[in-house]
Amino acid sequence: MEFITQHPVLVVSLVKIAVLLFVVMTALAYLTWFERKVVAHIQSRWGPYYVGAHGLLQPLADGLKFFFKEDLTPPASDRLIFTLAPMLALALALTAIALIPFGPPSIQVLGQPVFIVSNLGVGLLFLFAITSMGVYGIALAGWSSNSKYPLLGSLRSSAQMISYEVSLTLSVVGVVLMAGTFSFNGIIQAQSGAIWHWNVFGIRHGGITQVVGFLCYLIAAIAETNRVPFDLPEGETELVAGFHTEYSSFKFAMFFMAEYANMITVSCLATILFFGGWLSPFPDSWTWQFYLPGALLLLTGIYTAFDSFVVLRGIARIQFAVFTLLLLGGGAICLHPAVAPLIQGPFWFVSKVFLFLFLYVWVRGTLPRFRYDQLMSFGWKLLLPVALVNLIVTALVIAFPWLGAHG
Amino acid sequence: MSLPLLLFFVFALMAVLGAILLIVAREPIHSALALIVVMVSLALLYVLLGAEFIAAVQIIVYAGAVMVLFVFVIMLLNAGEEERTNWSRMAKYVGVPLAVVFLFWVAHWMAHAAVGATAGYAPGETFVTPSMTADLSKLLFTTYLLPFEVTSILILIAILGALVLAKREEKS
Repeated sequence: MEFITQHPVLVVSLVKIAVLLFVVMTALAYLTWFERKVVAHIQSRWGPYYVGAHGLLQPLADGLKFFFKEDLTPPASDRLIFTLAPMLALALALTAIALIPFGPPSIQVLGQPVFIVSNLGVGLLFLFAITSMGVYGIALAGWSSNSKYPLLGSLRSSAQMISYEVSLTLSVVGVVLMAGTFSFNGIIQAQSGAIWHWNVFGIRHGGITQVVGFLCYLIAAIAETNRVPFDLPEGETELVAGFHTEYSSFKFAMFFMAEYANMITVSCLATILFFGGWLSPFPDSWTWQFYLPGALLLLTGIYTAFDSFVVLRGIARIQFAVFTLLLLGGGAICLHPAVAPLIQGPFWFVSKVFLFLFLYVWVRGTLPRFRYDQLMSFGWKLLLPVALVNLIVTALVIAFPWLGAHG
Repeated sequence: MSLPLLLFFVFALMAVLGAILLIVAREPIHSALALIVVMVSLALLYVLLGAEFIAAVQIIVYAGAVMVLFVFVIMLLNAGEEERTNWSRMAKYVGVPLAVVFLFWVAHWMAHAAVGATAGYAPGETFVTPSMTADLSKLLFTTYLLPFEVTSILILIAILGALVLAKREEKS
């Protein structure tokens, strides 16, 4: 106890990191379930259904399967780098999430903000630094496999990630100019007010809409995370499985988790930069918004109760009955006036991130893959000029405020 | 020993080991990886000095962009193990003693010169310094505007030169 009061920074930080790691790992697992479900419904299928109610235990089964599979290393591979590459990919992807603020800095325990693991002055730059290192995981994986298809996949990936990183960075400079800081908290605070103050709408003094920057960011971010329609590094019709062809068991799972962690990071960043981070879309005077999270949980609880009693049969019915109890109890706690203000920040943040993750899956279920030359000419000849023009216009508006909006 | 000092020794050791590995490694790609380690540990040392901006840019530009191109080219050419020659007599009898003398000279100079005193940061203070990005930009675009613009033009010329070389049609 004495140790905790003497070293609040160390202890609170370690606890936050442990909790964040657990939450992110669970979110990763259920993101795969979510993706399979949504894509299945887009394609008129059921998706995972048999392991647990609505396939909800499928991620657990998948994880166990990865764990017990044989771990193969090709004899001609560079063993050290072959082992190091997936670790590098996952470690960098998880480090990036530690920079994200999930709630306002005003909510504190022992003088430390609860929802912010690390509050760097150059948070945005540091995040880009980490994502720019992320390409090594993929590049080295392909090279060290000492095999044709992985090498082609990783070459494609390196070229693609370098190309789109330029547009990605340029597309957010407008936001940095409007906030005047690289710190995530500063960028979010600059958007405070209500929904029309968010950077994507930008109706505030000396501001201009960053919707062009947002679209550039979104496209470049999908390319950076190697997702459909930019998943050429692992295009299965051309390259078997791309850079991770030779990987199996837990090493493959690490690449898989890194990809989903990157998706979450990129969605969090879009939320922070363009959609006001943990800010509520409503003006502060609308006090009923404090009851939204609790009400949402209660409604979900009523739905699961209906599902449990009317639709489901067998063990699934018991599982959903437990869910119902948890959701109703959680909803009741969230409605308590002491708890409600505390969870506003994380609630809005997670809701917005969830919408972006849905968008990712939606795009995956809808669009076909680009051809390689289309990918390159799109990145360099369209995305980059548009991001540059957006930057110049934003800079002009900030230099001459009478050009911009007067919110 | 304070935490910043401890971290300094960790990252300094990483940088030195990386640099040694860079020279000793036989596979070009291992050398490139060692160089990345050196650059990242240098960036971490900049963080310890309170220069967060420089640290982030060091990683983005050098470790993230320049070295990716290095690795890319090594992978594309599929460069194999380096061929080694035996040490020449010149290197053995002149090079090694000169290198040792140089190292001792640097160590002597560092021990006596007040390197830390001129930087303006006492160790331990470094974690609480605010972001210096705004100050840095102001300096860069007022006092040092001319050198900054000249460097930009220099880089532009390099880009144009690369384009001209790459686009030159082959005479058959």
